[in-house]
Amino acid sequence: MYHKIMVPIDLAHIELIEPTLETVADLAQHYDAEVCYVGITSSAPNSVARTPEQFTQKLDAFAQKRAGVHGQPVSTHTIVSPDPIADLDDDLIRAIKEVGADLVVMPTHPPKKLDVIMPSHGGKVATHTDVSVFLVRPRKV
Amino acid sequence: MANDENANEKPEASEGIPAPEGAANLIDTDYVIGQDNITASPMGVNLDLHGKVFVFSSIVVLFFVIITLALQDQVEPLFNATFSFLTGNMAWFFLLGANIFVLLSIVLIFTPLGKVRIGGMDAKPDFSYLGWFSMLFAAGMGIGLMYFGVSEPMGHYQSALGGIATENGIRTDWAPLGGAEGDEAGAIALGMAATIFHWGLHPWGIYAVVALSLAIFSFNKGLPLTMRSIFYPILGERVWGWPGHVIDILAVFATLFGLATSLGFGAQQATNGLNDLFGIPDNNVTMVLLVSSITVVAMGSIFLGVDKGVQQLSKINMGLAFILLTFVIIVGPTLMIATGFFENLFAYFAHLPALSMPFGREDVNFSQGWTAFYWAWWISWSPFVGMFIARVSRGRTVREFLIAVLLVPSTVSVLWMTAFGSAGIEQLLAGTFEGEADELFVMLAGLPLTEITSFIAITLVIVFFITSSDSGSLVIDSITAGGKVDAPKPQRLFWAIIEGAIAIALLLGGGLAALQAAVISTGLPFTLVLLAACYAIVKGLMSEPR
Repeated sequence: MYHKIMVPIDLAHIELIEPTLETVADLAQHYDAEVCYVGITSSAPNSVARTPEQFTQKLDAFAQKRAGVHGQPVSTHTIVSPDPIADLDDDLIRAIKEVGADLVVMPTHPPKKLDVIMPSHGGKVATHTDVSVFLVRPRKV
Repeated sequence: MANDENANEKPEASEGIPAPEGAANLIDTDYVIGQDNITASPMGVNLDLHGKVFVFSSIVVLFFVIITLALQDQVEPLFNATFSFLTGNMAWFFLLGANIFVLLSIVLIFTPLGKVRIGGMDAKPDFSYLGWFSMLFAAGMGIGLMYFGVSEPMGHYQSALGGIATENGIRTDWAPLGGAEGDEAGAIALGMAATIFHWGLHPWGIYAVVALSLAIFSFNKGLPLTMRSIFYPILGERVWGWPGHVIDILAVFATLFGLATSLGFGAQQATNGLNDLFGIPDNNVTMVLLVSSITVVAMGSIFLGVDKGVQQLSKINMGLAFILLTFVIIVGPTLMIATGFFENLFAYFAHLPALSMPFGREDVNFSQGWTAFYWAWWISWSPFVGMFIARVSRGRTVREFLIAVLLVPSTVSVLWMTAFGSAGIEQLLAGTFEGEADELFVMLAGLPLTEITSFIAITLVIVFFITSSDSGSLVIDSITAGGKVDAPKPQRLFWAIIEGAIAIALLLGGGLAALQAAVISTGLPFTLVLLAACYAIVKGLMSEPR
């Protein structure tokens, strides 16, 4: 049913998206789909990488490690933005078309009051794309 | 896209940075951006801040606001005395420094170092030429051109025409150089040359040095986008400790108070203009509403980010400024402006050596009260403007960057000053220049369609303030987040609110002028920072592939 799953990831907070990564692994195996890990980085140096090239290297390495876990084919897509915080939603929506994904699996936070003025990225992406979107909440403790 | 070579690399974000690769030449440091940051989520709002820089900047800011409001009569003479001492006794230092910055910028255009590309050999520009240039201009001096475009050429013209006056062997007049007593054409030429001198190569040379050094050390060397990175070639790893904190805190101080005081003064002048135009009451309520609205719109623009916020607003303003300029050229004294452009440019270059001479100046009032004041002002703005320019300039070559930051804006300044100055002077000569408002509005009142043009002018002033508040908040946030440009959004909004709040507090409580004197005093330490930046640029560029 799905051929290519796009997974936006934040390399600076990998520990927070573990539930998403597990979900993706299961879905990819179930549908025998390729997983495309998408990362967004600022053009200026940031806490993950000092250049966009370094960021891509780290993203590739991360994807390979995940391939070792779920055994499905992987690919990566790096988005470089001068202002990633502001442009994130638009860049992700554009990336869905660019990578040709038919399912997006991404982490999101539980609903909160602040969402009224600052909607969650997952919610924003889901309302602006025609492909299916699977939003993964953090694990309940 | 998957790369087998990287398969064995440890992917965790917290791991050390891999060895430098690619066409840029990274500096080898163990510092990880954000390592000294504290993160928290009070009330569901995520924060990511550099502990020391944020806390100490906030304390310093709070301290200055409180003492300026509470002890206004005591601190005002103190701030003013510091400022007078600096522009008086240190004028030579500012003049000399600014000359060095301009010379370095021009020399770099013609050397092979100009081929180095910001962000590495394969970097692509983030913004189009139009968007990039509009942002450079809006951040650099948009607002100043509005206020001084008419008044400064007229002021210099009149003082030059008045000639020299001395008392006890010291010049008491404000004429530039030797003045041009009774010589109308000579006074116009000298007045325009002096104005262009203050708005041409020198201010842009100052901005170019800060912006280029930051851009090289951030995009090519991989250091955080914050003022302290310039000092890496001098201080090495110590730059991540207290010497670096102090530089960053000083940059926050200059940017925040620079913005807040000019926002306060801007509100006063815009209210004055609105009063003239629409009869809106010229009082505190109007000013507070104006500052609040500017802040709210700026917050909206911050929310949209650089691309959709400040870039779009800057483009709109560029369009409006172009319309106003074209209008003044066509409806005003067209011939005087057309010939004046080349005459003034010629006069500027002819007088440039004398005007920029740091030593043995006889025109003390002009060289200290005008030139040194301006240089200190531009330099105190340079962390803000320089950091913003750096941030939007990735992907340009050094040569392209210097031509766009130095030569193009200087040429636009010449045209702007020629058009607005000539229109004002022509009315003055014809005896039709009269009114009590800001000189710009008086000049526009002397031309047809006054309501429309004045409205455009007020809109321009307000939008320039919005873009300043917007880009200033981005800069302060990046510095207080330890050079992170991807810190959570609410932090940026916080700084925009603080700027507006300080402006309102000072408008109501008094002390705007005193605090502005304090801000301009930061020009002295920043001149040293800029001199270090010159060394850093050359050292940084020498080690880059080209």
